[in-house]
Amino acid sequence: MDRVILHCDANSFYASVECLYHPELRDRPVAVSGDAQARHGIILTKNQLAKRFGVKTGEAIWQAKQKCPELVCLPPDFSLYVRFSQKMRRIYEQYSPRVESFGLDEAWIDLSNPGVSFADGVRTAGELRARIREELGITVSVGVSFNKIFAKLGSDMKKPDATTAIPRDRFREIVWPLPVGELLFVGPSTRRRLARLNVTTIGDLARCDPALLQRHLGKNGLLLCAYANGEDVSPVMPADERMAIKSIGNSTTPPHDLTCEDDARCIFTLLAESVAARLRAEGLRARCVSISARTTDLVTGSCQCMLARPTSLTGEIAQAALRLFDGRFSGHFPYRSVGLNCSHLTPDDMPVQLDFTGDEERRMHMEQLERSIDDLRRRFGHQVVQRGIVLRDAECARINPVEDHTIHPVPFYAG
Amino acid sequence: MPERRESDRKIYVKVRADFTLDGRIIPLMLRPEDGPACRIDRILDVREASSLKAGGQGSRYTCRVGERTVLLFHDEPYWFIEGE
Repeated sequence: MDRVILHCDANSFYASVECLYHPELRDRPVAVSGDAQARHGIILTKNQLAKRFGVKTGEAIWQAKQKCPELVCLPPDFSLYVRFSQKMRRIYEQYSPRVESFGLDEAWIDLSNPGVSFADGVRTAGELRARIREELGITVSVGVSFNKIFAKLGSDMKKPDATTAIPRDRFREIVWPLPVGELLFVGPSTRRRLARLNVTTIGDLARCDPALLQRHLGKNGLLLCAYANGEDVSPVMPADERMAIKSIGNSTTPPHDLTCEDDARCIFTLLAESVAARLRAEGLRARCVSISARTTDLVTGSCQCMLARPTSLTGEIAQAALRLFDGRFSGHFPYRSVGLNCSHLTPDDMPVQLDFTGDEERRMHMEQLERSIDDLRRRFGHQVVQRGIVLRDAECARINPVEDHTIHPVPFYAG
Repeated sequence: MPERRESDRKIYVKVRADFTLDGRIIPLMLRPEDGPACRIDRILDVREASSLKAGGQGSRYTCRVGERTVLLFHDEPYWFIEGE
């Protein structure tokens, strides 16, 4: 029996919530944008009216205002959006326990059950849309299909507040004529590579020789070909079964560019502190540290290294990050933003091979010390204890990477 | 604490309420910042709803206040009614 999967996508989510709370702005072009003073001045989302003026997500506020001088830019209120996201999820969970969030504004719902037909799925989609419109005052577009990929594709096809059904017996006529870039995981780079193989629509991809795709795109080629043929079998992860965390990372665009090694040392220490604190909070240790840096021309580079022992210590993570930075990036200042990511995670109660150098005791002491700092910060606020190195830069010392905007879409791939 | 979101047709109110043993909140009186207190005679309906008019969302209590029906919203942690 085919599955019945819904994908719900809240239309212009941040902007819709803002317009709900600002009735006077509802008939005007509105965008939610980052803080221009803190150099995060890009459009995060825009309403339908702003869209009509050609305002795009990710562009700078000044670019958007050139296209639409009357554009009203509002600062984001992430705690409000998180609340709305939770409310949406509570509604979804009334229909099925198998709800998988994808960011704050999207979710898959697996309605499959004996006796639930595809038509029931379409009916539920309509009911969900009406409930979210009336109860939350925003709108969602829903895709109904027999797998997650097509359900997601469906929710993108008609906006706002619409249902798109892609049943198995009609997916070729609905999906195949669409540009291949519409498919989840086909980004600009994959699209360009596919174009070189004369693959421009999803249908082209479906009919393409899998061996050829594998040669050019590796394993991903086979995966995308299967998706195009409606063969995605990935499950919707049940609500109470959190996906294992694959990595923990933080990136930041500091208030001013990084122009010297001391700046880099300060920011990477801050990021390492935040990442290490989150590792400890999750009961994890990491074996791999990777960093990324973006120049003022917006060119991004990244590199990674393996650690000898899994760690959740700020010092060890910061040291690894700075070694990587010195090796790859230090000659090319200035940098606009940097990121630090820890992966190859293991539980912190997993036995580790000790060595004879005998610094394990020191590491344990460090961990106890850092846990005490975590506790102090939890009780009295992040700024209550600070490292000396971050005090050399008053602006950076105010950054709190743990709490300043950490919203992580759950990764799609299972396993 | 989330910020209060003002709008022209939104009137924040003080509320006196019963917190029942089963976790429900039953508003008994409401009072706008610069107005008289009004007794809520009856609650006709409670549901999650948005207020497009005032701009907000939360638990909506449809209340009988004298001869009038008042929509009272609990947009946590604030309470508001829709203005004219």
